[in-house]
Amino acid sequence: MIRLLLAGAILFAWTSASAEPVEIKIGYLRGTQPKTSISLVDIPAENNGIAGAQLAISDNNTTGKFLNQRFSLEEVQLKEKDDVAEAASALAGRGVSLIIADLPAAALLKAADAPGSRDLLFFNVGAIDDRLREEDCRANVIHTAPTRSMLADALAQYLVWKQWRRWFLVSGSHAEDKLYADALRRAAKRFGARIVQEKVFEDTGGARRTDSGVVQIQRQLPVFTQGAPAYDVLVAADESEVFAAYLPYRTWDPRPVAGSAGLIPTSWDASHDQWGAVQMQERFMKLFSRPMSARDMQAWSAARMIGESASRTRSNDVKAMLNFLKGPDFALAAFKGQRLTLRDWNLQLRQPILLTDGRTVVSVSPQEGFQHQFSELDTLGLDRPESKCRLK
Amino acid sequence: MWRGSLLGTVFFMLLGTQASGFTAYVSNEKSNTISVIDTEKFQVVKTIKVGQRPRGIELTRDGKFILVAVGDDDTIQMIDTATYEIVATLPSGPDPELFTQDPTGKILYVANEDANTVTIIDMEKRVPLGEVQVGVEPEGMGISPDGKILVNTSETTNMAHFIDTQTRQIVANVLVDSRPRFAEFKHDGSELWVSSEVGGTVSVIDPVKREVTKKVAFDIAGLRKEAIQPVGINITKDGKTGFVALGPANRVAVISGATHEVQKYLLVGQRVWHLAFTPDEKYLLTTNGVSNDVSVIDVASLKVIKTIQVGELPWGIAISQR
Repeated sequence: MIRLLLAGAILFAWTSASAEPVEIKIGYLRGTQPKTSISLVDIPAENNGIAGAQLAISDNNTTGKFLNQRFSLEEVQLKEKDDVAEAASALAGRGVSLIIADLPAAALLKAADAPGSRDLLFFNVGAIDDRLREEDCRANVIHTAPTRSMLADALAQYLVWKQWRRWFLVSGSHAEDKLYADALRRAAKRFGARIVQEKVFEDTGGARRTDSGVVQIQRQLPVFTQGAPAYDVLVAADESEVFAAYLPYRTWDPRPVAGSAGLIPTSWDASHDQWGAVQMQERFMKLFSRPMSARDMQAWSAARMIGESASRTRSNDVKAMLNFLKGPDFALAAFKGQRLTLRDWNLQLRQPILLTDGRTVVSVSPQEGFQHQFSELDTLGLDRPESKCRLK
Repeated sequence: MWRGSLLGTVFFMLLGTQASGFTAYVSNEKSNTISVIDTEKFQVVKTIKVGQRPRGIELTRDGKFILVAVGDDDTIQMIDTATYEIVATLPSGPDPELFTQDPTGKILYVANEDANTVTIIDMEKRVPLGEVQVGVEPEGMGISPDGKILVNTSETTNMAHFIDTQTRQIVANVLVDSRPRFAEFKHDGSELWVSSEVGGTVSVIDPVKREVTKKVAFDIAGLRKEAIQPVGINITKDGKTGFVALGPANRVAVISGATHEVQKYLLVGQRVWHLAFTPDEKYLLTTNGVSNDVSVIDVASLKVIKTIQVGELPWGIAISQR
């Protein structure tokens, strides 16, 4: 069940022989990732996410050799029936106090609330649920994954900037699709777009891919999108990968698609090349022979935050590290054109959101003109005054 | 008519002899060119085609060659300043961005971002002499006036690495704020200034103690903190005034060399990146990446007096000594 992975330890030829290096042990707790996707190219790699953490560990160790600190990563791959709370406790028992969690929301909360988890610090790199930063926020969970509302707001700002204000919203029938649709509705209202038509695409089951499926899709999708009132853009909420990728070029009216297909808001894309990102893409490709995904970036950010806090505080003390990350001196350089910092009220990483068409980065939000009294990055997602989070 | 043109010629010759103009060379990252600027007329007089993605640019100490790092071609090109022909390439290692020469001009030190190394090149033989392992994404390069200490900054490691140029060993590592981009010694060697693009500060380092003695922060009314991204630094020869390019803040900060207080912000073009003085320090030229131009600052009056259109995404700048 448990696969051990000690990346980094190998990299360690030249720490000064004078003193034993300070150990910073990081756990990587991952659930099973769904393999369903409409497009073959979107099927996540086996090491999706953890690869980013591994790259960051090697970055941290390059820095660590100058500061006599050593970072290691231990991977725990959960199977369906494994108890996530037990897995977290087991990691703690082995001296791991920092855990990168690539888990669904419910499992993450279970791990964070487990007895003995109080002194651990979790980094949520997988769950975009707003509730984890709101009513279900935890003082021992930092979030590097953006929220649904951050993603929706980033998209809405651009669509409004583009003057595509009339939206046709199509959402899936699964719970997370509905949450994404909620976030998009909120974003529309917030930034001055109007949803002129809504429709639900029912998941009736069945395989994503069949040898002759394309023939049917070509006939179904135009009919499904027929009869809408005048609109500028079709916005799709389909996290379950049931229909959105089929929409572009198949809508009844010739309109662009955004949301879960077409123009997609994301924390990272393999085509992102601004602000030194090329270096990051190349380092990643060299190590793993595949493009870097958003999940990889979220895990990289988490492990780099650990590296930053360890080098700035010169310690492996979790409390000191968390205080540093929450404080004014923390700034993560993550190839997004500006510093990333932490929202101290709910421990969410502030970040620009890329809007990609899968080939290039079309734009980066926040868009010009969306002002904020503290940080323009706080125009994305739920802001401090509306937050339901009370950290204890 | 004949007399007129003769008169004109004489006049022109007179002007020529009186001219104390210098030549500025601006690397245009996107156009793959160098804009040659006459600093008397403040006009582009020539555009040189170079390799892909030109960024770091300097003149050799003897003024005979322009050196330009063309990152996507993994080399540094040498351009003859008399003919503007590319005459040689240097074995810079992969993806060179910034580099510096030792005071004699015989050795070139190049930061290789992709390889976490600094490559050392013999300028006469044009061969690599070795390399030094540094932090992740090495970028800024500065050398002490006596040539004994080379400083390299690494962007992801967030350190200024002090390298002994004799032994080629790292002798100290100084932690600075996020994404350090540029390192500049005062001409008397008494201070080292390092800019942190993401951290938004300039660290003043004591080169003897190898400690940060002061952090310069910037506060511009009406601008959010994230937009202030310090990059290029130039300090006057007397050490009294430092100029720091603040990237997307579209301003150059003027800093007292004595107290390290910010005295003034000068509004220049968009995404100001690097700076260079004319040798008489009358003017400071800035490259403005997003507005595709160069701003000219009058150093005595601290006023922006002119804007010159250059190629796309101007990045680095070097000015001839005569």
